Amino acid sequence: MTDQITPELFQHLVQLGAMELKPDEAEYIRHQLNNQLKAINELAAIPLDDNTPPAAHGVPYTPEMRPALRQDEWRPEPDPQKILAQAPQIAENYIVVPEIPHTDL
Amino acid sequence: MSIVDHSAFEIAQLVRSGELSAAEVTEAALERINAVDGRPGTLDPGEISAEDKTKIHAFITLTAERARKQAAAVDQKLANGEDPGPLAGVPFTSKDIFCVEGTPSTAASRILANFVAPYTATPVARMESAGAIMLGKVNLDEFAYGSSSESSAFQPAPRNPWDTSRVPGGSSGGSAASVASGECALSLGTDTAGSVRQPAAFCGVVGVKPTYGRVSRYGLIAFGSSLDCPGPVARDIIDAALALNAISGADPHDSTAAAIPVPDYTAQLQESVSGMRIGLSPEYFRIIYINSETGEIDTQPITPEIEKSVLESANHLAKMGAEIVENVAMPHTRYGIPTYFVISRVEAASNLHRFDGVKYGYRTPDAVQDLTEMYRRSRGQAFGPQPKLRILMGMYVSAAQYSAQYYNRALKVRTLIRRDFEQAFDPQGQYRVHALLTPTTPTTAFPIGDLYGDSVLMQYADQFTVPANHAGVPGISLPAGLDAHGLPIGIQLLGPDFSEARLLQLGRAYEIATQDAEWRKRKPAVLAA
Repeated sequence: MTDQITPELFQHLVQLGAMELKPDEAEYIRHQLNNQLKAINELAAIPLDDNTPPAAHGVPYTPEMRPALRQDEWRPEPDPQKILAQAPQIAENYIVVPEIPHTDL
Repeated sequence: MSIVDHSAFEIAQLVRSGELSAAEVTEAALERINAVDGRPGTLDPGEISAEDKTKIHAFITLTAERARKQAAAVDQKLANGEDPGPLAGVPFTSKDIFCVEGTPSTAASRILANFVAPYTATPVARMESAGAIMLGKVNLDEFAYGSSSESSAFQPAPRNPWDTSRVPGGSSGGSAASVASGECALSLGTDTAGSVRQPAAFCGVVGVKPTYGRVSRYGLIAFGSSLDCPGPVARDIIDAALALNAISGADPHDSTAAAIPVPDYTAQLQESVSGMRIGLSPEYFRIIYINSETGEIDTQPITPEIEKSVLESANHLAKMGAEIVENVAMPHTRYGIPTYFVISRVEAASNLHRFDGVKYGYRTPDAVQDLTEMYRRSRGQAFGPQPKLRILMGMYVSAAQYSAQYYNRALKVRTLIRRDFEQAFDPQGQYRVHALLTPTTPTTAFPIGDLYGDSVLMQYADQFTVPANHAGVPGISLPAGLDAHGLPIGIQLLGPDFSEARLLQLGRAYEIATQDAEWRKRKPAVLAA
């Protein structure tokens, strides 16, 4: 059986997923993905008709169960420093990142 | 017997009546942790020693000083004549997927190893406001992606208190191991495909997956947002009911937390189960899976000892007046795992895009050209294999050209899985059962290393627990004996939406029926030593 996720397709997914993988790690992951797809392909055999709607969640989400949305009110964050302190790099309360790729127009 | 071997119910009574201080309970729990836990999981563990292999390693972060302060506050309340809460002085642990303000909240991943949560998850906050004392954050599979806890980036990974050469299950392995070994009386876990119930079964404790929406998800590091359910791990049903009382209910911070009144889950625990209809389904006595190497479909019966335990449990309930309904058809059970392979991956991939090395968490120390290289390096270096697999699969099956074939199809199959439950529980239907009785797992705890690395076989450990997550219905796992190796066997009760009180009632009836059983006198090996 040929692999559904070829090395080329895999590279494309890795690019989209924004992850640099080591070669041995990449091969392990690609192999596992193809194995998982064999299990997933079982779904193709299940008869589905138009009366089968997709379910985004299991429990019906009725208006009675739904809590009222809170007012859309602006509230100041009590301690922004606590949040900023988590950032890997900050300068004058800005989060610093490397050069953002861009094209000069 | 140490104080911590008492139930949460007993501890709270003793503390509330002033016979015991919360401080004394906390010290007893810390002492137990010191005796059985061994070193906590870390990113750079070095070699796993012979001694490591005899310990539980439930913890990533022990918050002893924080716990002592909380205990002092509970004792102070008592001294002032104030109500310290229904769980006063009860020691508990939190799976390290719950944010707790001021504590490292890692999800057992390198990418969050340095993250200190700026706020507290609602279930944890509610336990604490009920007077319970959090001892620390316990280990899990990285981002809760697994069924053995072995994939944690923080090693040594948790081990099974009944046999430390075996896994405690997962992903809430640290939760189940810490409760089973008496390090705490209660733990908070999360269940996305069985991650509370399966480790509870493997460790001989009670695990509750509430109805989706019963317990707020605020403050959870998200995995599968339409599947995740926080739930308690306890040593008995009464304790589980007390914990569920504390954590359930609507939450202004989570619009999916249902605005449905919370009953007192302890209120009907002593009531008769006479007249209740309990279903048995043949689909829960075998596992059907794809052999990933050959592509063939294999069918395997569950372990005979587990089957025997389930049938004996049914007999016990029948003797108490329950009616057993056999051959309840749950034909889509076998599709639970393939469906989960799709839905949970799409949701996981979506949830994991936020980890980018910008606002918090790990950022690569390497010199980089630009932002995209920083993303790629940070994520490549700090995610383990499981998150990487799930991101890539999630993107593949939801990509525009494949989503009709995979994601949309899986969502429809989810409807069919839900319908199986609706038909079984329909009061006007063919079966009219109040609950289904099933095994929690197809096997007892497997040896460390046996399945790890095979992501397909590992996932099939959840075949009997994942349908409830797709359907959203509640389920509990409770201990029902030991196998020939002395390993715990778990049985599962599944019920309609928001039927937790009835499931707990059935569970309690089973506990009473088996209270003198020989196996109940046995203790986990780490406590016998």
